[in-house]
Amino acid sequence: MIPANYFMILSVILFVLGAVAFFIKRDLITMFMAVEVMLNAANLAFIALTRSANSLDGQVIVFFIITVAAAEAAVGLAIILLIFRQKKTIKTEDIKLMKG
Amino acid sequence: MGYFLFFLLAALCIGSVLGMIISKNQAYNALFLIVAFASLGGLFGLLEAPFIAVVQIIIYAGAIMVLFIFVIMMINIRTGIPPEKKKWTLYLSLGLGVVLIIELVVAIKAAFTLPVSTETLEAGPVSLGRLLFTKYLYPFEITSILIIAALVGAIVLVKKKEKV
Repeated sequence: MIPANYFMILSVILFVLGAVAFFIKRDLITMFMAVEVMLNAANLAFIALTRSANSLDGQVIVFFIITVAAAEAAVGLAIILLIFRQKKTIKTEDIKLMKG
Repeated sequence: MGYFLFFLLAALCIGSVLGMIISKNQAYNALFLIVAFASLGGLFGLLEAPFIAVVQIIIYAGAIMVLFIFVIMMINIRTGIPPEKKKWTLYLSLGLGVVLIIELVVAIKAAFTLPVSTETLEAGPVSLGRLLFTKYLYPFEITSILIIAALVGAIVLVKKKEKV
């Protein structure tokens, strides 16, 4: 049986990669994908700890996280489409209406 | 065998997220992300959570990524995203990422001396569903309201105004 520490370290690596990708990438869709990667890293940590704590509650929480992520993806992509329709771009450099 | 599968899936997952960071093409990014989510589903299976593994593959690698690919198709940028002009953000975020990773790993090492439980967890869909409909009944019902709100919100946002 693989110790839960391995999964926790993998989850940390995935979370940091998602955060770095969020700051490096310059288009809204890929930044949104990076957010999904971070959510999945959290899910992995939950499942790993669920097994080592020998309780099912973590799996229920992961179920809820997946549901909320689906709703969030629908609304977020709708907002990105709206921005694209108004500005004809999804690059973050070009969206600077509030920059003064 | 378990270790082999773990390292294979972990390498696949990290590699495809790295590919997502390096690649400039949004469609390729989405495909890389599908690989990452599918291998995460495999990892959930290794952790004895078969129901979550299936849900992960159906909802994440299936539904959500199809949504992403649809939006990429609608936006349809012919020229790729040009390389960043500001190089210092890249170096700054890489440095801070390394700092964050070291910090979190140290925190895990310090906080968890996790005992590996020997008893097997009965994690089938039956016990999960029982828990979902007894202890977590109210959150479950509230989730349905959330999904309705998200659905209506997305439709209202994207709908084109008709001129009467």
